[in-house]
Amino acid sequence: MGVDRREFLKIAGYATLFGLGGSAAIDILAPGELEASTAGIPLTRGKRWAMVIDMRKCLAQQDKKACKDCMIACHREHNVPDWGDEQHAVKWIWQDEYEHVFPDHPNEFVDEGVEGRPFILMCNHCLNPPCVRVCPTQATFKRESDGIVQMDMHRCIGCRFCMAACPYGSRSFNWGDPRKAPKNLNPDYPTNKAYPERSKGVVEKCNFCTELVDKGELPACVQACDKIKVNALHFGDLANPESNVRKLLRDHYSVRRKPALGTGPNVFYII
Amino acid sequence: MLDRALKGTTGYWSWLVFLLVLIGVGAGCYLYQFSEGLRITGLSRDVSWGLYIGQLTYFVGIAAGGVMVVLPYYLHDYKAFGRITILGEFLAIAAILMCLLFVFVDLGNPVRIMNVILYPTPNSILFWDMIVLNVYLLLNIVIGWNVLAAERKGIKYQKWIKVLAYVSIPWAFTIHTVTAFLYAGLPGRHFWMSAIMAARFLSSAFCAGPALLVLLCLIVKKVSKFDPGKEQLQTLGGIIAYAMIINVFFYLLELFTAFYSQIPGHMHAFEYLFHGLDGHGQLAPWMWTATGFAVVALVLLIIPATRRKQDTLAVACVSVIIATWIDKGLGLIIGGFTPNMFETVTPYWPTTLEILITIGVLAVGFFVLTILYKVAVSIKEEASA
Repeated sequence: MGVDRREFLKIAGYATLFGLGGSAAIDILAPGELEASTAGIPLTRGKRWAMVIDMRKCLAQQDKKACKDCMIACHREHNVPDWGDEQHAVKWIWQDEYEHVFPDHPNEFVDEGVEGRPFILMCNHCLNPPCVRVCPTQATFKRESDGIVQMDMHRCIGCRFCMAACPYGSRSFNWGDPRKAPKNLNPDYPTNKAYPERSKGVVEKCNFCTELVDKGELPACVQACDKIKVNALHFGDLANPESNVRKLLRDHYSVRRKPALGTGPNVFYII
Repeated sequence: MLDRALKGTTGYWSWLVFLLVLIGVGAGCYLYQFSEGLRITGLSRDVSWGLYIGQLTYFVGIAAGGVMVVLPYYLHDYKAFGRITILGEFLAIAAILMCLLFVFVDLGNPVRIMNVILYPTPNSILFWDMIVLNVYLLLNIVIGWNVLAAERKGIKYQKWIKVLAYVSIPWAFTIHTVTAFLYAGLPGRHFWMSAIMAARFLSSAFCAGPALLVLLCLIVKKVSKFDPGKEQLQTLGGIIAYAMIINVFFYLLELFTAFYSQIPGHMHAFEYLFHGLDGHGQLAPWMWTATGFAVVALVLLIIPATRRKQDTLAVACVSVIIATWIDKGLGLIIGGFTPNMFETVTPYWPTTLEILITIGVLAVGFFVLTILYKVAVSIKEEASA
């Protein structure tokens, strides 16, 4: 939806004033999209944040263009440097082929619709995160209030135990000083002074945009996806049975990455 | 007692200078890594630990292996080892020192290392590894130094030293068990997800540590008037033989589980190590070299005649060290990260800088070992004179 929060609240306010109820604002602005991620606006305090990725919508968009809007938005929001080198890359949200994303679902005769297609990857903000278990300094920790697996880049000693422990490859290390990343790839680094700049030698990862969520805003990737009206990313509270994400998971068959490991990933894929 | 280290032959001083040069080169390379970040190593997103952590693992084993002379002496009252317990303890000191340095050079942010103590985290195995390694270091320094001081004065060491020696025996087992737990409890790393990991670590430690000790004893015998003793080396040979047999047996157990079950995740790392996966097979020659040396070691150790003869025992010990080093210092870590979490293969090979830093740390260890052995051997020479 091409509306910002202020505009949305304004319309919702008028709607309520006229006795239509807040949800009328959504019907006015984008009819029939109530089930989309925007149903979560404005964000109230969640107890167990989760992401439901509707890969049908994402792949339909990929058919139109090689869409990378969510990744661009996230990496801009969080000052993620581009090293132009896959093995030294810092990745918060990225893409990989279906077969690499779900290596424990090997299928010789896989559906053409997903075969070799790019899937969206990010930190799973696990219910039982192995990275948190192994961290020797509590630099990575699970926020008790809402289950977001957080990372304190100012405490991390860079031992990379969490990278060995994460079964999803969701953790990135700053192999070099972000300020020394190639200038042509990072012309105006640091681009976002609002997000703390990290030093070399620390681990980082997707933080479910705690800095935005705490202000009642949706994560940057979700906002970017909604902005182009693809609405493939849905952020919501799994603890609330009436939430957008719970409704999606009730209505669709979903899968998670490597569920047998008992980590309890909070990122779901509708395929 | 340290003054003994200040008097030595030209050979002794040349060796120390040689080590100092290596330390200097390593320190220079480390300063460069410190300013540029770990980008200068061969490590990557997918293989995020490598040569440094491999050496940590290997030398924890060498340190734990020292207990194979301490245990028979203190627990079984095997008097012959009284002559060489100090060599085992001093080897452990040097090895632990190297371990701590290998962790240090591997850290992305070493200036924050005290965070491990400032924010103690009992659920992290690394926290426990830090504790057990440091305590083991302290135990060996206190025990070794006091026993040697008593020997210098020609008196028996104090009773409390014996208590500490008893504590140090199970402690040696804990250091390598905890080190194995660093790996064996990580979901998604099939190669490391093995209940036998700690047992494997201990068995390889109990052959590699004493093997290095045998070689050191032979060097000591050659360069000084102190003879560690024929019987001592024979007994060590027997210990190495048993430990190496158990070590190889445990490895074969891993192979059985992986290949009889035919579960791809369990086979992949072994396929990568011994054959190559997705066209990446740079470790295969190394692993087959290790296999070859393991066979040579087993043959020489099992046949009584070759085990008892000092020359062939030395060859067996070198073979044990090469085989276990490739297995633990190289294959274990790289194999654990291969294939990666996306079931693809990212090759890793240490860079020259990484190797020079590693050699620098080894040189620090051998420098300390030389000093300690010089002191110990000088006092032994004085005592027998």
